[in-house]
Amino acid sequence: MSASGALDHPDAALAAATRAPVEEPGRRERAAGVMQRGGAWIVLVLLLIIGAIVFPDFATSANFRNIAIQSSFLALAAIGMTFVIVGAGIDLSVGSMLALGGVLGAYGSQWGSAGALGLPIVACAALGLVNGMLVGRFRMAPFIVTLASLLGVRGIVLAISDEGDNTFTVEDAVFFSSLGKDTLLGIGYPVYIAIFAFAAAAVVLNRTRFGQSVFAVGGNEDSARLMGVPVTRVTVTLYVISATLAGLAGALLTARSGSGVPKIGEGFELLAIAAVVIGGTLLSGGAGTLGGTLAGVLLLGVIQNFINQIPNLNASYQSLVSGLFLVVVVVVQTYLSREQRL
Amino acid sequence: MAEAVMAPPQSARAARLGWIQDRGVYVAFVALILFNLAFTENFAAVSNLRLQLVQVAPIVIVSLGMALVIATEGIDLSVGSVMAVAAALIPLYLGYGPWVAVGVALAAGLTMGAINGALVSVVGVQPIVATLGLLVAGRGFALVMADGQLKTIRNPTLLSLGSDSFIGIPYTVLCAAGAALVVGFVVRRTVFGRRVVAIGGSRQASVLAGLPVRRTLMTVYITAGVLAAFAGIIATARLQASDPSSVGQLLELSAITAVVVGGTPLTGGRVRVIGTVVGALLMQLIRATLIAHDLPDSSARVIEAAIIVAAVYIQRQRGSA
Repeated sequence: MSASGALDHPDAALAAATRAPVEEPGRRERAAGVMQRGGAWIVLVLLLIIGAIVFPDFATSANFRNIAIQSSFLALAAIGMTFVIVGAGIDLSVGSMLALGGVLGAYGSQWGSAGALGLPIVACAALGLVNGMLVGRFRMAPFIVTLASLLGVRGIVLAISDEGDNTFTVEDAVFFSSLGKDTLLGIGYPVYIAIFAFAAAAVVLNRTRFGQSVFAVGGNEDSARLMGVPVTRVTVTLYVISATLAGLAGALLTARSGSGVPKIGEGFELLAIAAVVIGGTLLSGGAGTLGGTLAGVLLLGVIQNFINQIPNLNASYQSLVSGLFLVVVVVVQTYLSREQRL
Repeated sequence: MAEAVMAPPQSARAARLGWIQDRGVYVAFVALILFNLAFTENFAAVSNLRLQLVQVAPIVIVSLGMALVIATEGIDLSVGSVMAVAAALIPLYLGYGPWVAVGVALAAGLTMGAINGALVSVVGVQPIVATLGLLVAGRGFALVMADGQLKTIRNPTLLSLGSDSFIGIPYTVLCAAGAALVVGFVVRRTVFGRRVVAIGGSRQASVLAGLPVRRTLMTVYITAGVLAAFAGIIATARLQASDPSSVGQLLELSAITAVVVGGTPLTGGRVRVIGTVVGALLMQLIRATLIAHDLPDSSARVIEAAIIVAAVYIQRQRGSA
């Protein structure tokens, strides 16, 4: 943690005084700390200003609504990914979970809105439980476990949809469809759901015992266990949260488009990880903020919007720019966190 | 290599476990071949064997680079995109002759590997994040270069690389076998190979021991990049077209799977070259077996996932043993 508050906080000042040679944090280190924590927001504001100047159609409320609704699905998955990464794990299966949520949402709509929402959430939570048990209980590497479920869950999606040939459409689920399509004050429901999820997740991560346990497990699993943190249960819960949110995102996507497409979500896990990393959360675990993740999601959304604003540029440029952007961000972050530590 | 010395009390069980961990992939491979010989029609036909080997050749080549990276406790997610960049560059430079095109493609792989290596070893970015950036950017770059289009290749030299054989063995398979031999030799018999394993075992200890850690990591990622570009060239030659949107798609996952199933732990410090090759062959054979017995793609994926989990589960106690 940074010592930027050492001068005005009595406890921190005491702690600083007990350290052998007292070193006040210099301006450089403090600036580095601010940049690392708030960097994504600063870049986001800069991009918004640039966009407003360069593109005539950028700073309109219609366009902002557009960015918000397109980002809301990634936002849900990125919340779950933040939890998992703070707990020193990784979840590569969210793209497949998104597809499963989408297909099951459409499939479940034959039993009304309850089926359309309930089926994907229950199924994805159950598969998340499998991921979590393999990682937490059987102590297997999260990367390889979720890599396997990336494959396996996509297989399940294909099995449900006749090898991907059958695209289910949403039928007689009025409430479910309205969740995806309707708007309140001109803003789509998925945006509200994503905002609510962020608020709830921030409370859980920062203000509850479970949230503190996640930080403890991510920081040092052995120490956490010695402190009496139920490491296994916490780890399992992380993967259930991630899978459930990804499934919910898929279901909402289906509610919006009216059909469950089996092919969606390929590479989605990478976008979610990128958003978390851009937001300043380190993959080594034990640290991270949901605010940063939100900024990361919005940054990716704004980049996509920029590319869309420029005629002649297609999705290939979008991945080129997003990828290079990710590289630049992590390089800057790595240097900044080094600056802080020195 | 880590020759596990087991404590006497539980030696019988531990020894059995160790034996399975060391040779499980070979046992599974042989068992699957016997199963196919017995139950799959035309399995032993030369044409079928050749087809399987040709299909697996690019995966083997990429997996060899991946094995080196994983041995250093790293991971390279960008290999599929490197293949795509190599494939996209070939038709652009074929006008200067096939060898120039191949050279440019390999140079692109070298450059991308060097970027990965610099990010990991000099800047100190975590390997997953560093190579994730190039996974996303590389595919975009390839599509931008190729204008998102598939381009047919008519150059006879390249086509012959993809479809001709030498004494009945396709060139692509010979390339993969050659790469495996070279990597196997490097890992077992050179100082560089020992350094790779040492860095994976403990990077800090390697630094303290005075090993050239940065240089070695750079070399490892560059090797992975060049091998991936080579695989991209082979895949393009075999496809007789440059298709940057699909070439190497998700191949990083197949390569990681081959390495892990082959007995190289993701935690580094250990590398098994023959295991990696057999791991790639095993996964190919599993898929071929499932297809030959008319199982749909969906079940094939679920079964593959289960096999990956089982393989890792068996190896999981290696770290504590």
